[in-house]
Amino acid sequence: MDSKLENHEGPLLGSIERRLFLRRGLTLGALSLLAGCDLTDDESVQKVLTAMSRWNDGVQAEIFSPQRLAPEFPESRITRPFPFNAFYDEDEAPVVDAGDYKLEVGGLVKEKKAWRLPELYALPQVSQVTRHICVEGWSAIGKWSGPRFSDFLQRVGADTTARYVGFKCADKYYGSIDMATALHPQTIMAFRYADQVLPAKYGFPWKLRVPTKLGFKNPKHIVAMFVSNENPGGYWEDQGYNWFSGS
Amino acid sequence: MKTVHPLLVRITHWVNALAVLVMVASGWKIYNASPLFDFTFPAGATLGGWLAGALQWHFAAMWVLAVNGMIYLAYGILSGHLRRRMLPISPRAMLHDVLNALRGRLAHDDLSVYNAAQKAAYVGAILLAIGLILTGLVIWKPVQFYALGSLIGDYEGARRLHFFCMTGIVLFVLVHVLMVILVPKTFLTMITGRLKNG
Repeated sequence: MDSKLENHEGPLLGSIERRLFLRRGLTLGALSLLAGCDLTDDESVQKVLTAMSRWNDGVQAEIFSPQRLAPEFPESRITRPFPFNAFYDEDEAPVVDAGDYKLEVGGLVKEKKAWRLPELYALPQVSQVTRHICVEGWSAIGKWSGPRFSDFLQRVGADTTARYVGFKCADKYYGSIDMATALHPQTIMAFRYADQVLPAKYGFPWKLRVPTKLGFKNPKHIVAMFVSNENPGGYWEDQGYNWFSGS
Repeated sequence: MKTVHPLLVRITHWVNALAVLVMVASGWKIYNASPLFDFTFPAGATLGGWLAGALQWHFAAMWVLAVNGMIYLAYGILSGHLRRRMLPISPRAMLHDVLNALRGRLAHDDLSVYNAAQKAAYVGAILLAIGLILTGLVIWKPVQFYALGSLIGDYEGARRLHFFCMTGIVLFVLVHVLMVILVPKTFLTMITGRLKNG
């Protein structure tokens, strides 16, 4: 996501906005041809669209290949500067104290404990130069480094037959991904960006880097994660963006 | 009275018209979230209200467009309808018919026989729709459809091609609708399949 999101005509897909946009849709005449829909019942149209979005979640899970890798690029292709994205301005990015930081690990895991930064930094790391694709359409190439998320899940004894991994962030952002994506070899805990400690604007102390999903499925400033069989939803997903949002 | 347009062609035509309308209007809203070029589409001509709403419409209507299109193509190929109506297209005849159309000479004695300009336009629209679906697949799933994407400039190349195919379809629709306005009896024929006093 991006600061540009602030320019969206409705910050929330609330019922008022929903009614407004459907009325605008009506003027287009698009809805007048939708057979079988009660055109005055906006909620029923929204129900169909939501059902289609859930259907698309299922289709995306089907076509997602656990082995197929996102393309990697030479460092010369890195986008400089890499764009800042959040639902707030860059100077409002949360300040997380490295000394106080703890990563809470909970849910369906054997080892429920809080991890300190030095322990996390000591895990074996990998690097990737991959394309970040925003739901808005723009894309940018960056370099991220950190432990494979699948290794971390193994280490904490996560039940990898569970369906979801959820995340809570220091900036009130939250999100979740499917277990198949969590175990993908390119899904990493990015503690570094461009060979430097991940700066606040990119999600200090770490962001989940998932090159097989859209940018907003890469939560930053993560302070807690949990394994679950109930879909934890997400900040944008709960407002109407597609949950799976795979690439 | 002879049937100008078979029932299946009429149904798929109107379902397609609706799907294209929804895809273009929601697509313009999606474009506006991160414009490729130095302009945006007027909000009043877009569908969805905001990006998430537009994406919901786009990814719902894409199934209608694709499934309906496959039904039309399967019917058109298997029944021979496409071959009979659309082929052959001679470039010389096409030029001749386009020039005639520009001079206002629109032959329409038999609506089931397409002139060369019509054939080229209809085949072009079918190819553009296929192009939109293929580039759309690469934009939607650039990793899963990487092999396809590598043929068309990967994600960013597919975005541009998707835009250009959309532009082509919109131009087609404008000319198509203009022609229907000039020869209004064609409109009813695409609904009833038959021609009064035909």
